[in-house]
Amino acid sequence: MAHRCAVIGVGQTRYQTKRADVSIAGLVREAALRALEDAELTFKDIDAVVIGKAPDLFEGVMMPEAYLADALGAAGKPMTRVHTAGSVGGSTALVGASLIQGGVHERVLVVAFEKQSESNATWALSTHLPFNASLVVGAGGYFAPHIREYMRRSAAPDHIGILVAVKDRQNALKNPYAHLRIPGIDRRMVEATPMLWEPIRYLETCPSSDGACAIVLAAEHKVTGTPAWVHGAAMRSEPMSRADRDTVSPQAGKDCAADVYRQAGVTDPRREIDVAEVYVPFSWYEPMWLENLGFAAEGEGWKLTEAGSTALDGDIPWNASGGVLSSNPIGASGLIRFAEAALQVRGMAGEHQVDGARRALGHAYGGGAQFFAMWIVGASKP
Amino acid sequence: MPSEPLVAEHALEFPGGYTRTTGPVIGRFLTELREGRIVGVRTAEGRVLVPPLEYDPDTGEPVTGEFVEVGPAGTVTGWAWVASPRKDHPLDRPFAWALIKLDGADTALVHAVAADSVKAMRPGMRVRPRFRGERVGHITDIACFVPEVTTMRAPIRTEYRVQPGRSLSRFLEGIRDGVFLGGRCTRCDKVYVPFRTSCPSCGSAISEEVEVPDTGTVTTFAINNLPDPRAPEVPFVSAYILLDGTDVPMIALVGGVPAHEVRQGMRVKAVWVSPEERTLSMANVRWFAPTGEPDAELGGPHA
Repeated sequence: MAHRCAVIGVGQTRYQTKRADVSIAGLVREAALRALEDAELTFKDIDAVVIGKAPDLFEGVMMPEAYLADALGAAGKPMTRVHTAGSVGGSTALVGASLIQGGVHERVLVVAFEKQSESNATWALSTHLPFNASLVVGAGGYFAPHIREYMRRSAAPDHIGILVAVKDRQNALKNPYAHLRIPGIDRRMVEATPMLWEPIRYLETCPSSDGACAIVLAAEHKVTGTPAWVHGAAMRSEPMSRADRDTVSPQAGKDCAADVYRQAGVTDPRREIDVAEVYVPFSWYEPMWLENLGFAAEGEGWKLTEAGSTALDGDIPWNASGGVLSSNPIGASGLIRFAEAALQVRGMAGEHQVDGARRALGHAYGGGAQFFAMWIVGASKP
Repeated sequence: MPSEPLVAEHALEFPGGYTRTTGPVIGRFLTELREGRIVGVRTAEGRVLVPPLEYDPDTGEPVTGEFVEVGPAGTVTGWAWVASPRKDHPLDRPFAWALIKLDGADTALVHAVAADSVKAMRPGMRVRPRFRGERVGHITDIACFVPEVTTMRAPIRTEYRVQPGRSLSRFLEGIRDGVFLGGRCTRCDKVYVPFRTSCPSCGSAISEEVEVPDTGTVTTFAINNLPDPRAPEVPFVSAYILLDGTDVPMIALVGGVPAHEVRQGMRVKAVWVSPEERTLSMANVRWFAPTGEPDAELGGPHA
């Protein structure tokens, strides 16, 4: 039986195209100090630091965890770096939680970041080794065919992706940290933007952001303030290419969800989870993940989106914060999902708070939809 | 017939320039400038005027005799961009005339800011003076202001010698000879292409090599509108193609058909470059083109 673990502090930077005023160290420190302030702690109170980010090629800083130890008050303490592609922010939280759940530490600082403005993620993800004639251009080029396949299998109407793009950006207007804040965002505006990787339109993709997110995790006897208790934590992976792999609804995602639900005692996620922060970097991934995560039967996810069930005032709000579609400092994007889930059950999500949220799902995926990280947090002690 | 209007060039210039008496306040400012320092003067109200004035514009009273070193860094509060500099301008490339509030000053100084482009200008921008080596006691002793350093270039380049490895080498030998080589996992009974020596599903070693046809089915695809040097033009279609007799799709270009006519289930065949052009490279396959056969049925969990 694992030791109980709770989130007692959350800190975020404002997400934006370019944070020209701070170094990478300054960026992560800003988030870390805000999380410590929320927890009413200082670096002295922290036993260990876990840091996550996407590939080093994004900033060209090799082993940034070594360079960032000072900025995160980690000198003389255990410091661990986590890397699981786009899901890394979620995995980082889970590695931090495991240090508490395993009884190793009492208070752990978890930080994830990306400073995308230092290079270009599409370049970093499309380095084209000799001999391999891959024609995939960036993440959008990789995921567009899987979205097309989802649209074929489910026979979902074309406008579903547009609905998600609008809904998440409307939510972002209520989140002071969100990057894309488009007043008056509507279907026409999204529809009018060009197809980048058809069927993905420009406004159906996530932005490139600079930003960092941090959380403070505590063991039960060190919990202070308003905690978000960890009720379940799970990670899964699968090979990128194997016969019969379902790239639309990957088995690793289903297995990860089943594991986290079992731990949290959830049998019907749609009814038993109050709010979900799910990694949706391309609009169509909302209906795809609604099915993969068991909120809807296969082929039916788009109907929840269309009915408004995932809107802020729906019965199962997804991405009340605006989600990855509104802010995407890649390495931090998963941790933001986990942190926003915690803020919701702590009742501290501000203008995008879902009333009475008691149990929330945080989700992240990465690579070729082959790495998954999820947690369920709750207002009450498990 | 109207004649050409009579025109002549004329310059009005006092020979050698005027000898302007500075008075003690401006004189001190210029003296300090010649030394590479910028000073302001304090008014009776305590404000620091930069550049110094002899009389406080707010009250008309003489300023105090107290000079205060300011800057040298300052903050840009406003600017006008000069896209086409004139002959007498301080810079011979586009620049900004900017209001610069030097640190410690209460008023802004007008001077030139050498910025890369108008886009680089923003309120709150931090700048520093670039003094001339030879100074005479004149406002042009400051050649211009330049932005503070906020970014640096970090050129990073790693050079590798890449070997394709045994399985990819074997596959490329096939491609050189105009055939696709796959590997069959006998345990899973699945055929992988490109050829590989271990099964990603069960981990078994794959030893059975199979030649697979160069025909297949487009399972799904993207229409790419972002240009890529490896694609002939935009839009181009990158497709998952399941070669006949194989169990995993390969990603390849689809050509010889307008992008918007490509369909899921479309039957395609590899278009090879001529045998004499072939090398150990996937470039031997120009793309896959439609065969004209009826579309294949597509499976999938909810199909």
